[in-house]
Amino acid sequence: MSVVPAQAMPGMPKAGAPVEEAGGAVPRPADAAPAPLVAPAPLAASARLLPALAAVYRAQLSRARVARIPLLFVATFQSIGIMVLMRGVVDEGGSAARSVVAGSSVLVVAFVALNLLAQYFGQLRASGGLDHYATLPVPPAAVVLGAAAAYASFTVPGTAVTAVVGSALFQLPMGHLWVLAAVIPLSGAALAGLGAALGLLAPRQELATLLGQLGMSAALLLGVLPADRMPEVVSYARDLLPSTYGVEALARSFDGQPDWLAVCADLGVCAGVAVVSLAAATWAYRRAAVR
Amino acid sequence: MCTVRGLVKTYPAARGRRGAPATPAVRASDGIDLDVSRGEVFGLLGPNGAGKSTLVRQLTGLLRPDQGQVRVLGHDLVRHPERASRLLGYLGQDSTALDELTVALAAETTARLRGLDVRAARAERDAVIEELGLGGLAGRPLKKLSGGQRRLACVAAALVGERPLLVLDEPTTGMDPVARRAVWAAVDRRRAERGVTVLLVTHNVIEAETVLDRVAVLDRGRVIACDTPAGLKAMVADEVRVELVWRAEAPLHIPGVAALRDAAHASGRRWTLRLPPDAARAAIATVTGGPAFAALDDFTLATPSLEDVYVALGGRTESVEGLVKT
Repeated sequence: MSVVPAQAMPGMPKAGAPVEEAGGAVPRPADAAPAPLVAPAPLAASARLLPALAAVYRAQLSRARVARIPLLFVATFQSIGIMVLMRGVVDEGGSAARSVVAGSSVLVVAFVALNLLAQYFGQLRASGGLDHYATLPVPPAAVVLGAAAAYASFTVPGTAVTAVVGSALFQLPMGHLWVLAAVIPLSGAALAGLGAALGLLAPRQELATLLGQLGMSAALLLGVLPADRMPEVVSYARDLLPSTYGVEALARSFDGQPDWLAVCADLGVCAGVAVVSLAAATWAYRRAAVR
Repeated sequence: MCTVRGLVKTYPAARGRRGAPATPAVRASDGIDLDVSRGEVFGLLGPNGAGKSTLVRQLTGLLRPDQGQVRVLGHDLVRHPERASRLLGYLGQDSTALDELTVALAAETTARLRGLDVRAARAERDAVIEELGLGGLAGRPLKKLSGGQRRLACVAAALVGERPLLVLDEPTTGMDPVARRAVWAAVDRRRAERGVTVLLVTHNVIEAETVLDRVAVLDRGRVIACDTPAGLKAMVADEVRVELVWRAEAPLHIPGVAALRDAAHASGRRWTLRLPPDAARAAIATVTGGPAFAALDDFTLATPSLEDVYVALGGRTESVEGLVKT
């Protein structure tokens, strides 16, 4: 018995050569073609950044109803509790009172955006939930920014309530509380980026939780306690924490005649840190998604 | 359609830490070759730890192989893993990313993230919810659903947005027969209408027999057999073990159940029967449909003889349990 290669047989089409079809119009199915090289199939469209971001944001926000509202209460009551506690040692109306109210308000942001987001991404990474996003044609930035924006949004009611209650408790003017409209998104973005990066970079889920908790404790201690009574080393640490600048901006707004330039400078630092930390979080997401 | 050549992936050895012993390096893919044709429902079968999920993760661009080639529809996915998401729909084993969303929002968001605009995403969402019979659950969060229902919702998310290849990692785990049937009907429809190819990981031999065109049996990162279910079955003795557990007394007043009584080896509430596959399927149909189902606590279908094939092919006997799950 002899085996003759197809190419050697007269009249046989060569592998890879175009094959005449009887109908002409109907293409042969790819698997029936003898050649291994088939034209690559067209790729489906990718999701664009903004629509994908909006979809992730909406989905994350809807999670609030299921999972986040109890935690939001905890965050708010924690901050209000701290202010009630501090009311005993801090005089109303003074600069210390301003730091306490501003620090407690921003603490709500730190609790949700930093701590909870770090936990969320840590859990998502550990359980393999990131695979879901990694197998969708979605820009990494959309996932990170969408989640960060949603977590920052969760903090709005708690932060506003804390600021109003604190202002009433310490007899501070509420006229400039609208500054919160800039403080929450900017410090929220900075802390959420940090939280997401911590959650995605932590080698283990427990470590992500721990880092989130530590970040929140830092925001609590360094933000709520008046800065002028801190040891020098600690005040350096305070300068490194992104939430500090949100706290400062809010504290300044309690003055009768706020120094708007300084407020803007503080918010500018917040915005700068937000850009850096969100970029870091996006990089961390890319790294975590493809292992 | 989907070609895999010489795929190798080794997980590095882990150093021992307190409480966790050191693990040696594991070759999870050990020179895998596969060819899946267009429109085929191709299964990967194997015990836990055989390397099924590792293989699937390399096919979906989630894991970079150490060596080898993966081509899907003419695209080199080792060189361009980012293209995978634009070629295939993937259903992983984990649902954490969707857990707190409602079923409808999970499907819609996934469709949006597959690049559909709002209107198309909503249309696809409604269609897939209808198709899989999820209408009553559409407004409930996945977290609040039972395991099988949650899995079905995840399948819905995997099916939205047209993709020529679907990679499904144990899609029907925990589902009731109705849900299973809905999943296979949906898969079949996509295949018939659009020539969609399906690559699926399964534990379930019975299911493998009924839905798969071809099966590759994996063990320790190698393909130890690849054939049609009938071809594999030909290697196996053709008896199936059926175990039925009744809630209390067996409902012998039902004729179908009474007929099974003679063939059964009864031990308390548990009946064990050895039947040809057709009769076994008929028996399961009898006890899971109709009045007997109310009296039924649990049932198991297993093909013990596949273990023999397994041993003959050089598979590990101690882990064969994982191959034959209900």
